[in-house]
Amino acid sequence: MARLVVLGGGVAGHTTATFAAKWLGSEHEVVVVTPNSKWNWIPSNIWVGVGQMSKEEVTFDLAPVYAKAGITYYQAKAVSLNPEGNESTDKSFVTIEYTEAGKEGQSETIEYDYIVNATGPKLNFDATPGLGDGNGQMGDNTVSVCTADHAVHASHELAKAIEKMKGGTRQKFLIGTGHGMCTCQGAAFEYIFNIEHELNKAGVRDMADMKWISNESFLGDFGMGGLHMKVGGYVVSSKLFAESLFAERNVEWLIGAHTSKVEPGKVSYELLDGTMGEEEFDFAMLIPPFAGVGLKAYAKDGADITDTVFAPNGFMKVDANYGAGAYENWKASDWPRTYQNPTYANMFAAGIAFAPPHIISKPMSSPNGTPINPTPPRTGMPSGIIGKAVAHSVCDLMTKGENAHLHEASMAEMGAACVASAGKGVFSGTAAAMTVYPVVPDFEKYPGTGRDTDYTFGEIGLAGHWIKHILHHLFIYKAKLNPGWTLIPE
Amino acid sequence: MKKEELNFEKSDDFNLTMIPGSFAKKMRTCVIWQFIRFVAINIKMIIVVQKSH
Repeated sequence: MARLVVLGGGVAGHTTATFAAKWLGSEHEVVVVTPNSKWNWIPSNIWVGVGQMSKEEVTFDLAPVYAKAGITYYQAKAVSLNPEGNESTDKSFVTIEYTEAGKEGQSETIEYDYIVNATGPKLNFDATPGLGDGNGQMGDNTVSVCTADHAVHASHELAKAIEKMKGGTRQKFLIGTGHGMCTCQGAAFEYIFNIEHELNKAGVRDMADMKWISNESFLGDFGMGGLHMKVGGYVVSSKLFAESLFAERNVEWLIGAHTSKVEPGKVSYELLDGTMGEEEFDFAMLIPPFAGVGLKAYAKDGADITDTVFAPNGFMKVDANYGAGAYENWKASDWPRTYQNPTYANMFAAGIAFAPPHIISKPMSSPNGTPINPTPPRTGMPSGIIGKAVAHSVCDLMTKGENAHLHEASMAEMGAACVASAGKGVFSGTAAAMTVYPVVPDFEKYPGTGRDTDYTFGEIGLAGHWIKHILHHLFIYKAKLNPGWTLIPE
Repeated sequence: MKKEELNFEKSDDFNLTMIPGSFAKKMRTCVIWQFIRFVAINIKMIIVVQKSH
C-alpha cells in the first residue's frame, strides 16, 4: 500500500484528494492535511459579504465527507517537508502542526510516497502597513471577503454603513486591491457591484460615493492582461466593457495604484506615473496580496533546501520555465504542464500553490521602481482541472510504476469559464458571464489577441446571475461527493 | 436629457466610455430574453469546458 498526502482542502486539494481516493480505492491510502474544519465555496463569499447568504450556506464540514470517501483527514497545517527523509529514515515525510480543537500546536510527522501541495495562498495582509494587524491577520482598518468569516464581518460593517446613510450621513466606499502585487481583482470587482446593488435596494445609493482602487494598468485586466471579445461584429477589449459598467453604475476608478499604507479611514498609494496620493474612506475592502504559506524543506542531513523546492514568493516550483527573462521573451510554453517538482519526482503542486513562471499581464513599475501589476489568477476552474490532472498522474504513478505517463493541464491550453456577480436577485440580479480560451494568451497560436475569439466571450445580464447561483449549488453538491459528483466538470 | 446619459458628465473617465441605453439595460433583466441567453451562454461554456479537459 502506498500513501498520497494532499496538503490543502480547497478547490485544487479537494479535487485531487477525492478523485485520487475514488480511483485508488482501498488499495492505497489518501491523506488530506488542511487547517480548516470546513470546506468553503469561496466565490459565494461575495454574497455573504453583502448579507445575502449565511456562512452556513457557503461552507460544510469536511470530516464526514472525507470519512465517506475513505480519506484520512488531519485538521492541521503543514510546516515542513523532508523529501529525502532524515538521519533516521529514508522515507519522505511532512511535518504537520494540528489546528484541531484540543490538539492545537501538537506536531506529528506523516510519511508519504507522493505528495501534492495544494495549500492555496497565505493572505499576506502584513505586506501593506495597516492592512494587516502585524501578526499575519487582517487589521481593523478594512474588511475582506477572502474567507467566510471575513465575509460575515464585512456584511456586519456594511449594515452599519447603510444605517448611517439612512440616518443622513454620506459614506465613502473604497474597494479594490491592497497592494501593487495583488491578484483576485475579480472578487473585488464582484464585491463593489454587489454593494452598489444592495445600496440601491436599501434606497441609499445617492448617499454613497464609490471608488475602485486597483493595481491593474487598465480596467478589465483581471490579472490576465485583459481579454478581447466579439461583440456586435467588433472584436473589443474587456477595458471598454469594464469602464462602461463602472460609468453606468457611477463608480469612479483609480488604477495602476500600489496601496502603500492603510490608516483608519485613509489609504496612501503610489501610481504608475510615480505620483503619491491619499484616498479617504468610511468603508474599505482591499484584497491582500498572496504568498506561499511558508512551508520549509529540509534535506536528509537537515540542510535547508527551501530555496530548491520553493520560489522566493513561497510557491512550489514545478515544470515551468522560470528563466524566460524579459517580457518580450515570454511564451505560452513557459507555463507548467504536469506540475511535478523538478527536483523531487514524487512531489506535485496544484492550484494557487504552484509557482507561475511569470505574470500574465504586461509587467509595469513606477519610476520609483515599485512594481505595480496584477499577479496571475490560478483559482476556480483552472485549479480544479489542474487538481484532477495531478490526481490522475499520481494515481498512474502509484498503480503503474514510476515511468507512468504524466497527465497535462497547461493554463496556456485550457480555457476558463468565469461568472462575476454584479448584484444578487432572482429577477433583479446581474452577472458578467465570461469565458477565455486559453487562460494564458498564446500569441504564437493566436496572433493579435493571444486568444481564440470564437471561444472568448462575455456578457452581462440576469442569465449570468442564474448561472452563478446554479454553480453555487452544483459545486457544493459535487464537493460533498453526492451521487453523480464525478459527472459535474471542474 | 435621457437618464442613462447623465453619468457621462460626472467624470472625464465616464465621458470617454460607452454607457448602455434604456433598451440595453432593460434586456439585461428581461426574463424571456435572458432565458434565451441562459441557454446560449451555457452551450458556449460547455464547449469551453469540454475543450479544457
